[in-house]
Amino acid sequence: MKMLKRLVPWLLLVLFVAELLAIMFPRQQVGFHYRDFGRLPVLLNGRVQPFDSVARNALLQIRGTASVPLGDKKWFEFWKHPPKLRSTEWLLEVMLKPEIADTRPTFLIHHPDLLGELKLHDKGIEKSGLRYYSFNEIQAVVGEIGEQGRRAGRVDAQLRTSFQKEALKLAQAVFLYHRLKNSLRPEDSADFAAEIAAYQSVIKPGLEAAQARAAGQPHDEQALAALLRPFKRYDALSQQAYPLIVPPLHPETHPDEWANVGTALMDALHHGEIPTAMLFFARLANAYREGNAGAFNQALNEYEQWLAPRFEREVRKGRAEFFFNHVQFFLRATITYIFAFLLAAGALLTVTVTTGLAETLRRSAFYLVAFAFLVHTAGLIFRMALEARPPVTNLYSSAVFIGWGAVGLGLILERVYRIGLGLAAAAVIGFVTLIIAHNLALGGDTMEMMRAVLDTNFWLATHVVVITLGYTANFAAGFLAIAFVLLGVFSKLLRLPVREAEAAVAGKAPAAVERAMIGQALQKMVYAIICFATLFSFAGTVLGGIWADQSWGRFWGWDPKENGALIIVLWNAAILHARWGGIIRERGLMNMAIFGNVVTAFSWFGVNMLGIGLHSYGFMDAAFKWLLIFFVSQFILMALCSLPLRFWASYRGGDTSPGPRNGTARNPRPLAA
Amino acid sequence: MLRKLFDIFSSLKLTVVLLSLSCVLVFLGTMAQDPLGLYLVQQRFFQSLFVDYVSMSAAVKKTLQMLHIYVTPTTAADVMAAPYVPVFPGGYLLGWALLVNLVTAHFRYFKATKKKIGIALIHSGVVLLLLGQFATDLLQVESHMRLTEGETKFFSESSRQSELAIVDTTQPDRDQVVAVPVSRLSGTFQHETLPFAVEVKAVFQNATPEFVTTADDPAAASQGVGPRLKFRQEPPVTRLDSRDVPAALLELRDGEKSLGTWWVSNWLTEEPLRRLILQQSGPAVREVFARPQSFSHASRTFELALRPIRFYEPHSLTLLEFRHDKYKGTEIPKNFSSRVRVQRPDTGEDREVLIYMNNPLRYAGKTYYQSGYDDKDPRVTILQVVRNPGWLTPYLACVIVSVGLCLQFGMHLLEFARKRQTS
Repeated sequence: MKMLKRLVPWLLLVLFVAELLAIMFPRQQVGFHYRDFGRLPVLLNGRVQPFDSVARNALLQIRGTASVPLGDKKWFEFWKHPPKLRSTEWLLEVMLKPEIADTRPTFLIHHPDLLGELKLHDKGIEKSGLRYYSFNEIQAVVGEIGEQGRRAGRVDAQLRTSFQKEALKLAQAVFLYHRLKNSLRPEDSADFAAEIAAYQSVIKPGLEAAQARAAGQPHDEQALAALLRPFKRYDALSQQAYPLIVPPLHPETHPDEWANVGTALMDALHHGEIPTAMLFFARLANAYREGNAGAFNQALNEYEQWLAPRFEREVRKGRAEFFFNHVQFFLRATITYIFAFLLAAGALLTVTVTTGLAETLRRSAFYLVAFAFLVHTAGLIFRMALEARPPVTNLYSSAVFIGWGAVGLGLILERVYRIGLGLAAAAVIGFVTLIIAHNLALGGDTMEMMRAVLDTNFWLATHVVVITLGYTANFAAGFLAIAFVLLGVFSKLLRLPVREAEAAVAGKAPAAVERAMIGQALQKMVYAIICFATLFSFAGTVLGGIWADQSWGRFWGWDPKENGALIIVLWNAAILHARWGGIIRERGLMNMAIFGNVVTAFSWFGVNMLGIGLHSYGFMDAAFKWLLIFFVSQFILMALCSLPLRFWASYRGGDTSPGPRNGTARNPRPLAA
Repeated sequence: MLRKLFDIFSSLKLTVVLLSLSCVLVFLGTMAQDPLGLYLVQQRFFQSLFVDYVSMSAAVKKTLQMLHIYVTPTTAADVMAAPYVPVFPGGYLLGWALLVNLVTAHFRYFKATKKKIGIALIHSGVVLLLLGQFATDLLQVESHMRLTEGETKFFSESSRQSELAIVDTTQPDRDQVVAVPVSRLSGTFQHETLPFAVEVKAVFQNATPEFVTTADDPAAASQGVGPRLKFRQEPPVTRLDSRDVPAALLELRDGEKSLGTWWVSNWLTEEPLRRLILQQSGPAVREVFARPQSFSHASRTFELALRPIRFYEPHSLTLLEFRHDKYKGTEIPKNFSSRVRVQRPDTGEDREVLIYMNNPLRYAGKTYYQSGYDDKDPRVTILQVVRNPGWLTPYLACVIVSVGLCLQFGMHLLEFARKRQTS
């Protein structure tokens, strides 16, 4: 039995590690080598990325998911694995077999008025309350969608109604889909390889005829017309094709000169021949359309070999980013945090009942949080390496980083007080911030290039990282305060002496029983973390001011984001002074720390929703609803915290003071002391 | 009595109250930016002793609006028209109160011990920061400089304020300028060097141009662009990315004799604004537009112009090259940079400098930043020019406070770790 208790945490850890390893080292590919195709480098949004990233980001924008499920399952049937199209597979279909892609449930439309306007209520398929439509189903109303989108586009972004926003989003999705269809070949090309070959054969005579005509000499009208037709076709194509898939002809001098299909084919007139890469793509296209996996893999293999010596860096980048996409570090961490939280909560709840079980649960939670933290860290570092940037470059990465910092802090706290509290707070914040990050990623590429003013690793590494650590510390303090309230009101745990609790969970006799109770320990943690929050918030804010002084010529401009940061600093200072002055005691500190959550969330997210200022880099509405819900929940918790002590389970009956007499405002006059 | 006052001013309770009020003030000042615009908010919330009732209601209404409670928003015009009824402490009041509180508290509590050195450092840094920002508010002058490649300028121009310039161009080698800020334009005035008086018939803080279509339009002026172009008053703008463009209708008189009426406006002098008018106008307007509004009187030649206030320098900047690159296949700017030549005739100084994002030129008490570009003309750079004698204070304050915070909390942490060990 004892053996089992010791083994369970390890077994759980092994399970999670095994799952990660299975994903990192997938099985051999059979049939079409989709993964190899997904790794191929292209240029989009100003940066080299693999086809898989193009596919994934496009699918997230159009469908809100990173793959297209083909089968059906109920939400609770997690043991079922219905077939699905992974992002790259979907992209290949869209580019090369649009007639099949058009039947896939790709478009997410969920505004009821928009559905009514487009008369789509009785079409599409429903999954978990959301309606998905295939292109064929919306084809009849594509014109209408475009018109609605144009109308919405004319309205100022901040004044758009939710209907207009949805209409615009759908119109953009349809447009993007259309561009993707024309990204590797013209959508209507029956035999692309033959088409290219025919084009190649008319280039030379056509050009000669054109030169002759320009010189006023007799020329071959037919040869000219034969060239003009495909030229017009590819000119139109160059306007539509989305990623730049053809690598530069002279990578040593012009490494950025990637071209899309249309441009590459038009440029062929300058060079007199079609770029080699295009010939590979044409072979790939034909093999895929014929369903000939062997020929497809063969062409893919040859293209890779052709690329390898010429575009070593790009190929490496493509492979690395594909691996990053494929492993989904942050998703793995998210799932692990959920389990860890359940275990940690279990440990806290059972500590007074059965200590042995509590310790098993706590240890399991500890291993899992530590493991998830490692995965989280790996993802963060991987991302930094891919971007060659410090960890925080946009709102998305700030969410990832806040979660990471808070989990790290939680683990440290857990080492100091081994009672499961640090773990629970760490797991919750890690989970919530990664969910927020996931939703922010739906906006498109999360590794976009930095605009000129942000293009400085020095300031990104100092100001942005420090200020984000300030957010982190504030959230950590706020969540510990929430733990204090919940444990205090609903359980007797706050009165449990720490050493006793630690000894209990360790399954040993309480040797050196310390008088300090969990309630006090929590108070110390919150206080200490707020001190650090003050340090980071202040330093971060002033560094931000200095950056602004360097780039805009003013240290402080009362910009909303700056104001948000300033409010945090002021609030932290207010908490510390209130405590030093003996104005607040235990519960006052907790209430102020919980309100710190509101202040921090406002600064981090809220100011981006005002739609004004230099820093408003992302305007989100759905997020605003959640922000309000979060605010309300915090106010409820504060009300709970303000309940008279006789309603607190931890302090009911007997001693109603929240700690030893000398424990609360031990330091009422810090300056005089 | 004094003792009691001292106790109140030096109490930690007051600190907490002031800090909390500051939080509320900054929050409201943030909310009010949407309806009122940054400039007005700075004036009313942060650079004032008290916030007035109407500004306050603008902030509260915006907050309600964000919560989907619809109320009629207060506008900048409402704020400027309303009487000043103070209802909430403003930035200056809170800032000074915090300073007094901090200084008196030190007198009350401070003892020179090793333990308190952290606190002392933090607070002296904060004092430095507050005073530095106060000085900046009073002393900082912002302007900008618009340069086309090859162009040389000895002055920068205000981004917000304009002036009426009456330029005597009689002598070919030098101009003589009489300038009056738009904010001071009113009534009738005559400058001793001018052979005429100026009567200000109308001043619009913000105006938009209109074509004159009928011969007897009462709003048309008789001289210059007057017969073709007139101006209509517009409400002041509040958005961060737009600004007011003023206009004024003037009549010049020599004694009783009228020399005619003129419209003057920044619409007629600033290149991007001129371009907007030219795009829509026919040949008749283009013709009056081609030359500055000039006239002769008493055998002297004058030009009339409403233009951004100019700040002249003893040195000049020449734009040699402006670069504005974008990332391939996107509209995301990759870099902006201006290669300029700085020349100072009186010292013979002459050198080349590259100004780019996050890398300004600090020269002769001014700082030149790469700030913008003209999306219609790729040869044009816009430099922000700032004179701020207090620019170093935040750097110093940041270092002092950070050291203080690290010391203070570091000691706390060590003590805590020691206690945990021994218990």
